[in-house]
Amino acid sequence: QGGGSAVIDMENMDDTSGSSFEDMGEMHQRMKEEEEEEVEGDAAAAEEEDGEFLGMKGLQGQLGRQVADQMWQVGKRQASRAFSLYANIDILRPYFDVEPIQVRARLLESMIPVKMINFPQKIAGELYGPLMLVFTLVAILLHGMKTSDTIIREGTLMGTAIGTCFGYWLGVSSFIYFLAYLCNAQITMVQMLSLLGYGLFGHCITLFVTYNIHFHSLFYIFWLGVGGLSTLRMVAVLVSRTVGHTQRLILCGTLAALHMLFLLYLHFAYHKVVEGILDTLEGPNMPPFQRVARDIPVVSNAVLNATAKAIALTL
Amino acid sequence: FPGLTDVSISEDIPVEGEITVPVGSHSPDEDFSTLDEPVRDTIMRDLKAVGKKFVHVMYPKKSSALLRDWDLWGPLVLCVSLALMLQGGSADSRDDGGPQFAEVFVIIWFGAVVITLNSKLLGGTISFFQSLCVLGYCVLPLTVAMLVCRLVLLVGSGTISFIIRLVVVIAMFGWSTLASTAFLADSQPPNRKALVVYPIFLFYFVISWMILTFTPQ
Repeated sequence: QGGGSAVIDMENMDDTSGSSFEDMGEMHQRMKEEEEEEVEGDAAAAEEEDGEFLGMKGLQGQLGRQVADQMWQVGKRQASRAFSLYANIDILRPYFDVEPIQVRARLLESMIPVKMINFPQKIAGELYGPLMLVFTLVAILLHGMKTSDTIIREGTLMGTAIGTCFGYWLGVSSFIYFLAYLCNAQITMVQMLSLLGYGLFGHCITLFVTYNIHFHSLFYIFWLGVGGLSTLRMVAVLVSRTVGHTQRLILCGTLAALHMLFLLYLHFAYHKVVEGILDTLEGPNMPPFQRVARDIPVVSNAVLNATAKAIALTL
Repeated sequence: FPGLTDVSISEDIPVEGEITVPVGSHSPDEDFSTLDEPVRDTIMRDLKAVGKKFVHVMYPKKSSALLRDWDLWGPLVLCVSLALMLQGGSADSRDDGGPQFAEVFVIIWFGAVVITLNSKLLGGTISFFQSLCVLGYCVLPLTVAMLVCRLVLLVGSGTISFIIRLVVVIAMFGWSTLASTAFLADSQPPNRKALVVYPIFLFYFVISWMILTFTPQ
């Protein structure tokens, strides 16, 4: 009967190792295997004699084993319960429950400032659209460095791009949520994440266009127009949910400033990052494309000529 | 229930039996028998499975072989070979290429995990590792594109080579995306396919960008 049995064989517990807890794992391993008939039978016979010989020591060892066994079971149960509670991605499932039509509608709405700011505007607490927009922004930032001859350290740029975009989305959302808490605005964290995420749609469009057409004046037009529209929408929604002039001013001023400055930063700083690295390597032989980006632009013939030359060069 | 009023057992029927749970010797014999086969058989069986999946990726038909027995050998091999080929792409002599290998690796696996989580959250019926398996195997066309790009760059690095590389990379990118959507989109509710396809598109776009902007030392 020895083989194939699920009963704990008391004879198999020996007292030879120091830590009983570590042996629990081994013992469970052995209990799970259902073969080992003759081997266990022989060992059982041998150890039965040893157990009798050991006397009290053997008995204490067995008690220790039992306690350790119970601790193992309890610990395992608690760990698996905690795991299924916190690592359960079903917590996030309601925030991803969208249809493509809804996503498209919300993307378009994010560019249209609402007129009614006297009663609270509805914000959809959805995370799919914002998450995809952040990833798209990362992809656009990477695409902006696409000039094949002058890419250097693409690995570092990639990490920076991902860090910047996610840092902005999560960090500024948390900061504005904190300010909203101080200013008594009616908004939840998920709604704030969603609002700011959809506000990045304007950034995506602006950067996509201006990374392909390198006119600085065009960038400023897009910055004010597209960036301004999406900022206005976010500001209007927040204003509709806040009471009191000072609070509205603080909240919306901060959000507008951060949002517009981020777009400015993305356009200029990334040019500078590429240039800074190029400078240390190429010295004075830089093609005009990079020189254009360095200047704080006043629309001038020189800038236009240089950009036109750069476009001709890259084609 | 009149029949249950008397559930006592009469004294003369002995109650006996075995407390031990009889365990049939069904699987252990078959499982353990693979230990006895020569190593060559084991390796060849795994290699054949990987090879069959490669063929499924290159000619994406609606078969479930890729999904049913998933394995991560193919994705690992593809990811490592792609990361190795992308090394040495920096013109900076100080850069020993180490971070680049790690970056490619992390981006591929992190991106695949994010897409899998996204498709599960959108209500997909595919399991975590099955999705990782499909996404990893569909990197094969891009690895082929990388190989072609390297060969083209050996010949020359002017505008014509750039155009050739651009065309090849775009074609392979389209192939990868189509192949993976052929496998993954079926597991979604029909009106949400676009929501799942878009991140896959972004993921392969980033990998294609890495391949296209690769310039050898």
